[in-house]
Parts: sequence; C-alpha cells; structure tokens
Amino acid sequence: MLNYLAKRILAMIPLMLGITLITFVVIRLAPGEPVEAMTALSPKITAETRQRLREFYGLDKPLHVQYVTWLKKVATFDFGRSFAPDHRPVTDKIRERIPVTLSLNIIALILEFGLAIPIGVFAATHRDTLYDKGITVFVFLGFAVPTFWLALLLMYFFGVKLGWLPISGLHSLGSEGYSRLSWFGDLLKHLILPVSVATFGSLAGLSRYMRSTMLEVIRQDYITTARAKGLAERTVIYRHALRNALLPVITLLGFSLPGLIGGSVIFETIFAIPGMGQLFYQGVMARDYPLVMGILVIGAFLTLVGNLLADVCYAVADPRIRQGRG
Amino acid sequence: MALRESWFYTVFWRRFRHNRLAIAGGIVVLLLFLLSFLAPYITTWEPGAIDAYHVLLSPSPDHWFGTDELGRDVFTRVVYGARISLKVGFVSVGIAVAIGTVLGLVSGFYGGVVDTVIMRFVDIMLCFPTFFLILAVIAFLEPDIWYIMAIIGLTGWMGVARLVRAEVLSLRERDFVLAARALGASDLRIIFRHILPNAASPVLVSATLGVAGAILTESALSFLGIGVQPPTPSWGNILTAGKDYVEFAWWLSLFPGLAILVTVLAYNLLGEGIRDALDPRLNR
Amino acid sequence: MSWRRFFCLVSLTFLVSCSSGSAPSVPPRRAAGPPAYGDALVVGSIGEPSTLIPVLASDSPSHEVAGWVYNGLVKYDKDLKLVGDLARSWDVSPDGLTITFHLRKGVKWHDGADFTSRDVLYTYRVTIDPRTPTAYAEDFKQVKKAEAPDPYTFRVFYDKPFAPALASWGMNILPAHLLEGKDITRSELARSPVGTGPYRFKEWVAGQKIVLESFHDYFEGRPYIDRYIYRIIPDSATMYLELKAGGIDMMGLSPVQFARQTDTPEFRARFAKYRYPSFTYTYLGYNLKNPLFADRRVRQAITSAISKDEIVHGVLLGLGQAAHGPYKPGTWAYNPNVKDFGYDPARARTLLAEAGWRGTGPDGILEKDGRRFSFTILTNQGNDQRIKTAQIIQRRLRTVGIEVKIRVLEWASFLTNFIDKRNFEAVILAWTIPQDPDIFDIWDSSKTGPKELNFISYSNPEVDRLLEEGRRTFDQEKRRRCYWRIQEILAWDQPYTFLYVPDALPAVSSRFRGIEPAPAGIMYDFIHWYVPKEEQLH
Repeated sequence: MLNYLAKRILAMIPLMLGITLITFVVIRLAPGEPVEAMTALSPKITAETRQRLREFYGLDKPLHVQYVTWLKKVATFDFGRSFAPDHRPVTDKIRERIPVTLSLNIIALILEFGLAIPIGVFAATHRDTLYDKGITVFVFLGFAVPTFWLALLLMYFFGVKLGWLPISGLHSLGSEGYSRLSWFGDLLKHLILPVSVATFGSLAGLSRYMRSTMLEVIRQDYITTARAKGLAERTVIYRHALRNALLPVITLLGFSLPGLIGGSVIFETIFAIPGMGQLFYQGVMARDYPLVMGILVIGAFLTLVGNLLADVCYAVADPRIRQGRG
Repeated sequence: MALRESWFYTVFWRRFRHNRLAIAGGIVVLLLFLLSFLAPYITTWEPGAIDAYHVLLSPSPDHWFGTDELGRDVFTRVVYGARISLKVGFVSVGIAVAIGTVLGLVSGFYGGVVDTVIMRFVDIMLCFPTFFLILAVIAFLEPDIWYIMAIIGLTGWMGVARLVRAEVLSLRERDFVLAARALGASDLRIIFRHILPNAASPVLVSATLGVAGAILTESALSFLGIGVQPPTPSWGNILTAGKDYVEFAWWLSLFPGLAILVTVLAYNLLGEGIRDALDPRLNR
Repeated sequence: MSWRRFFCLVSLTFLVSCSSGSAPSVPPRRAAGPPAYGDALVVGSIGEPSTLIPVLASDSPSHEVAGWVYNGLVKYDKDLKLVGDLARSWDVSPDGLTITFHLRKGVKWHDGADFTSRDVLYTYRVTIDPRTPTAYAEDFKQVKKAEAPDPYTFRVFYDKPFAPALASWGMNILPAHLLEGKDITRSELARSPVGTGPYRFKEWVAGQKIVLESFHDYFEGRPYIDRYIYRIIPDSATMYLELKAGGIDMMGLSPVQFARQTDTPEFRARFAKYRYPSFTYTYLGYNLKNPLFADRRVRQAITSAISKDEIVHGVLLGLGQAAHGPYKPGTWAYNPNVKDFGYDPARARTLLAEAGWRGTGPDGILEKDGRRFSFTILTNQGNDQRIKTAQIIQRRLRTVGIEVKIRVLEWASFLTNFIDKRNFEAVILAWTIPQDPDIFDIWDSSKTGPKELNFISYSNPEVDRLLEEGRRTFDQEKRRRCYWRIQEILAWDQPYTFLYVPDALPAVSSRFRGIEPAPAGIMYDFIHWYVPKEEQLH
C-alpha cells in the first residue's frame, strides 16, 4: 500500500509541472498588462511612472526567466504579491477565501452523494417505470436550469416574498454577538439556498452514473446466481449489487471537484459569498496575474489531491488495484 | 460493415423508439432547428428593432413575450437567440470532438510515448476547473462569440479523447483490423475505414451532451458580462438582461430561462436515449 | 464626498455617494423623534475596496470607505463651497502663489496621537515620491516648495498661479507617525487604516463587509450613527433583493428600479428615494486622427443623427438630462446658452453629402471614394447604460446610412489596448466632473501624448489659450468667460458628442432621519443622520 501511495505521489510531480506551465502560458500570453489596469486612465501618469511600475513588478524580464522565478516560488506555495493596490501576498488572499469555498463544496458534495446514490439505485431498480422517468426529468432539470436564474428565483421567493431565509452573504449583521449555537444556526440558514442550488445542479451526473452501473451489476452472473438461490430481492440488491456498484463511484469523487469549484464563480457572485470563485472572477477582471495564476494552480492542485484521495479509497476498497497494477 | 448498419437500423431504432423521453428530446431538438431556420417567417419583428419609448412592456397580442429594456420584442429575440445558442453549442462541440478524436486516435493507435504524453496532457487538463480557464481566457481576450466557442471547445475535448482512445485500443487487435493490416492497408485507411466508424457512437453521445453543456456555459458567461455581446441576442444575454427585473418584468427572464432549460433538458434526454440504445450491455 | 479634483474615467453605472448635485426631487419626509445615538447604516456595494490608503487607490469603493476615515485640509460643504476641514483657515498671498494653512488644534488620530503639520508634510512628500505608485502626484508637482514652520502651520509655494491649488488640498491626510520611514505599499494601514475622520476602522472581512465605528472624539462631534457597514454584494439583482428584504439600508437604484419597480406604497413607506444630477457626463468620443472623423461636418452630422432625448428616455427613463458640454448644468462654469443642433436626420444627411459622402452601396450605406461609412464604437462591459446607448446610436446612424459596430470590452484591456494605443474609431465613456472647472488635461493639445487624457487628439489653438488662461487666474469671472467660450467652441467642433448627465438615484431606509439633500447630494452630512431610539434596528 505504501508503495502504491508513493508511486501515486511521484506521478503527481510531472502533472504539477504541466499544470504550472499551462497556467503560466495561458495567462502570460494574454494581451494587456496589469500595470495598465492599476493606473487606468485616472491620473496624469507619465510613461516614466509606468516603467517604474513595470520594474517594480518584474515585468521587464523575459518570459522564461519569469516562469522559472515564478516556479521556484510556487514550489514553496509563494505566489507573490497581488497586483491589486493592497499588494497583499496572494497566498494570504487565497487562504482566507479557500475555507468558505471548500466547505461549501464539501457540504454540497456530501449532499450530492447522499442524494444521488439512492436516487440512482431507485431509478435502476424501478427501471422504465414512471418513477424512473420522473426522476430522470427531475435530475436533468437541475442540470439544465441556469444556476443564477434559479438562485434569483429562490432568493426572491424564500427571501423577499416569504421572508424565511436570508438572501445573501454568510452571516447576519450582529451575529458576532450571538451564542455559539445560534451563530452556527445563522450560518446554516445562510447556506441553505446556495448549497441547495449547487447540489440540485450536480445530481444528474452522479445519479445517472449510479443508475447505469447498478443496471450493469444487476445483470452480472453472481447476481443472477444470488437470485437463483432464492434470496430476497431486497438482499440481492442492497447486499450484493449495491456494494459492487458503489466501487467505481468512489473515483468520481475526485473528478467532481473541478466542476464544483468552477461553478462556484456563479453562485458565489450571486449569493455574495466571499469564496475563491468570486476572488478569481475579480482577479481576472482586474488582470491580477499573480492571483489568477495562484488560484488556477491551487484549484488544479486540489483536484489532484482529490483524485489521489479517491484512488487511495478505491485501492483500500479493492485490493486488486494495490497489488496488481499499482 | 453491412452487418453493422443493419444492426443500427433494427436494434438501435427498436430500442430508441421505446424511450419516450428520448423521443421527446429528439422532437424538441428538431423543433429548435426548424425554429432557428424559419426565424424570419415566424415573427414579424426584427430582433434589433429598438423602441426607446416602449421599454419593458408586458406580454400582449402585439408582443407575445413582452418587450425588453430597449423596447425590442422578446419573442423575436428568443427565436433568433436559438440560432446563436445552437451555433455556440455546435461549433464548440465540433472543435472539442475534432481535437478529442484526433488526439484519441493518435494516442490509441500509436501507443508508447505518444500515448503517454497525450494522456498525461489529458490528465493535466482535467485537473483545471474548466470554467476558471474559460473565464480567464475570455476576460483576457475579449468576449467575442468565436473566442467563446473556441475556448469552450479547447477545454472540452478531454472526455472525447479518452473515449476514442479506449475504443481504438479495443478495436486495434480485432480481426477485421488485423485483416486489413495484413492486406497492406495504410494507417490512415485503417483509421478512417475501420476504426473511426466504430468509435462514432460513444462520441455522438458525448457530443450531444456537450452541446447542452456549451449552451449553459454561454449563459453563465453572459451572466458575468462576458458572453455573447449585444446587439446579438443569445438566450444567455437576454436572461441576464432580465435578471434585475425578476419580480417586475418577469417575462424578460422567464422565456429565455425556459428556452435554455427545455433545450438543455432535451439534449440530455436525447443523449441518454442514444447511449442506452447503443449500449450492448443493456440488452433487454 | 469625493475630494478628488482629478479626472476619472467612470466605469460603473451606479455609485452611491461619490456624486452630488443640485435640487433633489424627493423632499425629506417625516420629521420625527429627537436625535439619538446608535444603530448602523448598511450600504451595499458591487465592488470591494482595494486599499484603504487613499493615495494608492484609484477605484471608487476605496475612496468611498476611506472618505469616512480620513480628512483633507479642505472640503466641499453642502453648497459645494470650499471650507476648512483639518485646516481651521488659510491665507492666500496676494499673488496667489503661496497658501498658508492654519491647522486645527486638538485633532486626534484614531490611535490617540495628535494631528500636526508633520502629517501634512509627510502626505505631500509621499505623494510626489517617485517610488509611490500613485495616480495623484501631478497636482502636487505644481508645488515648488512645502514647509511646516510649526506644528499647526503648513505652507506651500507655487511657481505660477494654479487655480485648482486650494481644492487639491482636499487630499486625505495620512498619519506620519505610522508611515514615515516605511514602505507605504507594504503598510498594514491598507487593511486597517488610522485616520482623523468621523469613523474609525473596526474590521474588514474580505469579500463580505467593512465595518467602521463612530469616532467619539471626532473634532466635529460624535456622529449619531454608531456604525457604517459597507457590504459587498457583487450582483446588482441580489443587491436589490437584499434592499427589499432589509439586508441593506442604502443603495444606488437603476433608472428602471427607481421609476418602475419602487413606485409602490410599500416601498415608499420603507425607503426614501432621492434624485439629483450626478457629477459625470457620458459622451461619444471620436478618434480625430482617423480620416473618417477629421471633417467637422461629419461629426456634426453624427450628432444631428442622434436623438439625445431618445437616449435619455430609453436608457435613463428620463432620469437624467441631455449633455451639451463638459460641465454640469447649473454650475457656474456651465454655459446655458450653448446648445448643439438637436435631432435632425435631414440636416445630418445634408452635412454628410457636403463632406463628400454621397454614394450609397446596395445595403444603403454611404460611400465616398469607394469606402463605406462604417465604424466601431467601443465601450466597457459592466455598464449597462452605455451598452444600451451604443445600441440606440447604432440604430439611429443606420437610418442616415452609417454602419456602426459595437464592441464591449473588458475595462483594463479597453484602456491598454485601445485607448492608450489610440486604436479605436469611437468610444462611449464618461468623465467625472470635478468641482474646479479646469479641464486642461482633457482638451489641451499638449496632452495628446501616450497615456495622456486627450486621447481623441483634439487640438484647437484658441481652446489651448483659453485653458491656460483659465487655470492661471483666481478671478472667477475671468475664468467663467474662458470656460464659456470653450463650450461654444466645443459645441461647434463636436470632438465629442456629449450625451447625457445621469441622475444619482439613492434609496435610503426611512428609519434614517436628518437627511438634508443639498447640491452636494445627501452623504455630506452623514454624521448628523440619526435613527430615533424606538426605531433602531442594530
């Protein structure tokens, strides 16, 4: 197992290099310069001032030099200082945003798996019935509705019309003074809408996958055997079929991350949640190169780690992997 | 080959026909094509006809879906928007399928170092939150419809590449390919004559779902203000224009919103239907 | 609350407080209960400040928040007259070349230190320091020498008379005792500022809110409202829903929201709406280096083909006014006699024909020497009003045979790749209208260099002369004559088609009392707003 783990981690190194290279190339080849965005047109700023700013940010060096310098720093998780006028280290900026995005996505992920797996199994066992069709339409509706539109409708209905739920943000004003319990309750209330929107949107992929895996497993010989032995259908499905169908689903865990993180741009913007997606969008618009590059690298890195975790879980669950091909 | 074709028409169609949802999806997709081709005959308004003195009128016999914030007919814009949304869907998926197919073929057919390099590249691309990449590139270039389609395509080919590669690997050692090779067929001939046609079905499914995804991506970009630009109507930008008035000028968001929803749903049901009908494992 | 006398290209649509104006349309309602301390004002903002050291910031959210934390030496009062702020009074030498500021005594920084002339001197020095990445150095480069003869006196010397000199000292003064000898770009004051203003910094939760607390020792007295909370809500639709749900107390409304969505008894009972002209004007600017626009008649024709009334109606729903020049109607520098030609497509066609645009192609587009009359209007994304305006102009010009394409660009790349490189045909943009009418930087022919503000390359010797004359005298009557004449020339030359001056449309929760709209808007007097005890929420 350790051997397997070590191999997997070693294999991540070239991937990490590739990630940094693609990030660097994509961002640096774009037209425009951050110095320009910073000074905009507002002042009577001289060419000399701009040159000073260029040097200040090291933009006057050739590209490959910039890449190597940057890569060395990235290796120590130092992404430099933001081009925004606050000049804060990018790592600080990301660090204060990442917990929000990650916890939101993890909650959404747990809900997604918690809902999609039973939905998929149910659809598979009720294949081609009205239930199956209804579920199919329902999960695809979640996928098909534009996130920001659904979010606005829910905000309007539950926030303004009914007044049940807070509309945006994470905390109510004055929540600092609440007891710990009501502070947490307040936070949960704020999370209901964004988490529901995120979960609803992601049900389709997983539940359909679960359904088809389940259908496939059900037709396997050993299931037929189990049935032939006269076991109750319930036992067959949940004891035998489900266990085997769940295995491949584990690998999906890691791959769900980039989609969720990417989608966070939209719902963090609409729900005014100060997460990484929002930060990225602002960074992109302001051409804050170090920030954008930092978030791209960290986002991809998180996915790598997610995949690693998923693979490790898979290996634990399925001994063939770690012994055989590991 | 003849055998395969007859299989297609009998088995595939027999299975597909029984899937009502997929049929419904297919019909919607066909209707959309009709709608976008016949747009000028369906509505008498012009999609760009501004009327600054009649903005945000509610639906009426004159304006079935009301008017927008510049007094343009929303029904007309939604109908013409179908053209753009379909264009975005098809062009970007076309790009993704082209890249994915070529890389998948090369990777699977030649194997070795080429395969390793391409597959590592796929792994790397799959690690990025795709929407972040799209956002960065579009914002740094400009929100031009061609850039949007290109970048959606350039970030969406990895699935296709993997599918095609897997298909190639399973076909490479099959009898008919080995036979062709023994008869001295060139690589290109083997690829085009024998492997591509067989790899087509999984790619078709993935493309159908990709169209739906591209339409959604465009609407998300529009929400951020960097989607298809005015005055060209896309469902995404009509919906975005309407988002500030959900309670008061509901018609401006409801109709494009429904258009996106129904279309994406239809493509998904259709894609699923094709997949099920093609899946040899799902014998009834 | 804008102290800046610098020109700013405005990118966003609605700013809550930077603007100010005359005759407010909605009178304050419901006088009530005695003033009481307490409660909080929650303001919604699309953007988050970038830094709270104002000299380093060029975005409006930063200045909006920093404006409560810091003071300048002078400020504009409710009638837009310059009055003392940190300066108790000042003397200007008879030749206008020396200004001596007498500073207030007993003013405290929020950390308890005394405010002295050393702070002013430091602020001046750091602003002109070439190592400071600031946008605001130019005005202070006009200063020949600055000195602080004693802790409560500050004196500056100029080479030549400089009319905007006094106003430029509205710049926010920074605390020398916390910054001197340090690298200002790395200072933690950017995130937790220390000023002399009515509100002191409490906390900044990144991406969520900035909280300011009233400063009890403020030299003008303790503000009634205990806290000023700046909530960041990136989406305009969400912000409006938050306003309706009570999550924020104040925001700038869009014309549609103001005119159509909030005209209900329910909204009126909960919010007071205000309306006054903002200090910005939006224009269509032509690149005069482009042969297409070199001919004055062509520019006049385009202006004649555009109905400003239609734009004000369709884009602003009537909540604004047509602009005819670079000043705000009603201010002393504004020349009310100047009007341009008005909407007259027939005249536009005649002018175009005179300029040689006679032939038409099969698509009805004018041609001259085989060239079609087609050009692209650039504008920035994130401003709905401009994009709508561009679409209306596109439509109108089509009817006189001109093809217009629209390109909406991301702000930074717009400035870098198009404006700075003069790589554009026409643009829709907006300038702020500073209190001092000196518009040298935008119109003088010497300011056409790279990165300078006369990016349309306008050059008119008479305007150059008048601009110089206008900034080198302190006599308002003389200056008025200069600027009135400039407006006449601009109206004839049409280097810009001046489009509109939009109204600022803030809505404030009606529990806030003591709001007195004035030419300076509503925020100038924020320290005297209050919420009666029984209505306090927070």
